[in-house]
Amino acid sequence: MSRHPAESHPSTRLYVAVAVILAALTALEVMVFYIEALAPVLIPILLVMMAAKFALVAMFFMHLKSDGPVLTAIFAWGVFIATAIVVGLMAIFGKFGA
Amino acid sequence: MEGPTSTGIPNRKLAMWTFIGSECMLFGTLIATYMIYRGRNLVPPYPHDLLNIPFITVTTFVLLMSSLMMVLALAAVQRNDLRATKLWLGLTALFGLIFLGGQYYEFSHFVHEGLPLSRNLFSSTFFVLTGTHGAHVAGGVIWLSTLLVRTVNGKLDARHAETVEIAGLYWHFVDVVWIILFTLIYLLV
Repeated sequence: MSRHPAESHPSTRLYVAVAVILAALTALEVMVFYIEALAPVLIPILLVMMAAKFALVAMFFMHLKSDGPVLTAIFAWGVFIATAIVVGLMAIFGKFGA
Repeated sequence: MEGPTSTGIPNRKLAMWTFIGSECMLFGTLIATYMIYRGRNLVPPYPHDLLNIPFITVTTFVLLMSSLMMVLALAAVQRNDLRATKLWLGLTALFGLIFLGGQYYEFSHFVHEGLPLSRNLFSSTFFVLTGTHGAHVAGGVIWLSTLLVRTVNGKLDARHAETVEIAGLYWHFVDVVWIILFTLIYLLV
């Protein structure tokens, strides 16, 4: 049986901490965007920060960290299919070529 | 009240997660279309001429903070603090409206600058992708507003915390989609 939501969900302090990290990561993303020296590594840096923000919201705000593996599996499957669609179609249309 | 389920997960919550999983695929196809046509625009104006990064950063921040308001609303209704529930639900809906106002301003600005929907590859894919997301935000604002009205009328309390949680799941999904769009559309120009 799943636990009662109020017992398993994060505390208000943790919610605020996650929001502060999300805001900081967003500010960092924009800073990185404007730093010309980082242009060669801009794409991997931004993708990592995007993935970190995505994971923080899913784990803490959507409670996947505390709600068990079934819901995580359902969401992860949808995200996997979506990612496969994006990467697959970009490959087919030559977006990864020289 | 709903009885125990074979999975231990309330049916409505499982249904919402399944819906969110299918929504991932919808946005996956729209993002794929945008990414395929990115950089293949032959007709001006081009994205870097129009995209206003500082402005969209502010609206992104507003949407991120609306997710914080949403979890605070859930925490409030779980402890049956209805005054706080009304406050946080109202602020979540308000922040959603501010985001939509920013999107309306951005779309109007683009059209004014000579970029209607069918102008070029960028306009078609950009408006469809961000417009679909905006429609989801609008749906979320309406949903949150109904919850707020129910709370004001005394028809929503701690016994209905799951209802608020399910609306919250939808709202956070809208937020994570924007996290992706903000990076792919605005920062990877």
